Amino acid sequence: MRRLRWLLGLVFIVGIGLLAWFNPFTSLLEWQSPFLKHSFYTLFFCGLFCLWRILKGPTPADRAVAIDILGILVLGFCAILAIPTGRDWYIDIGIAWALQSFISTLALAKYLEGRNFDE
Amino acid sequence: MNEIIGYIFIIVGLVFDFFGCLGLIRLPDVYNRLQASTKCVTLGTCSILFGLFLFKGFTAAGIKAILCILFIILTAPVSAHALARGAHKSGVKLWKDSVCDKYAEDSK
Repeated sequence: MRRLRWLLGLVFIVGIGLLAWFNPFTSLLEWQSPFLKHSFYTLFFCGLFCLWRILKGPTPADRAVAIDILGILVLGFCAILAIPTGRDWYIDIGIAWALQSFISTLALAKYLEGRNFDE
Repeated sequence: MNEIIGYIFIIVGLVFDFFGCLGLIRLPDVYNRLQASTKCVTLGTCSILFGLFLFKGFTAAGIKAILCILFIILTAPVSAHALARGAHKSGVKLWKDSVCDKYAEDSK
């Protein structure tokens, strides 16, 4: 079982490397510099980490924490995307997303207080 | 010159984001994960937004980035505190090597 988990992690990392090497997002965005492309991929891996914690978290509180962190990471995505494309409305999307994420996190915390999940 | 300082701020923000998400995966407990990831990711995203402000200057997008930084700094500790309180109220156990639990002693 442990070797199977190591093998799955190896396949995951090699797949991410191949994805970053062949660069499938080139047709969607025109990058001005390779630095912004690599920063975009770093944030992409951070989002994958958060999705892994949402899938595997043993308690609902873990999933709520990961959803909160993912909502703040999307704001970083919007700020990174606003630089090479030159479109300023990405930061408007970021402000709206931050507000929605804050309200949804408060709602999840209120929902967690009400009941006993873990007994 | 502004662009170079903006690049430096974006690099610092990306490093903070990456280590925050690594802590979200590797740490053993809900409270440890919350403590690591919330602080690191909040500061990292604020740094990225400040880099965007240094790129854009005092235009509409730059001032919106400053507003976004203020909004995140105000709201992220509130949401983290609410999540920790909700997790403690819903009965999530601490890690087995945790030293003390003052909140449970106070709320008796």
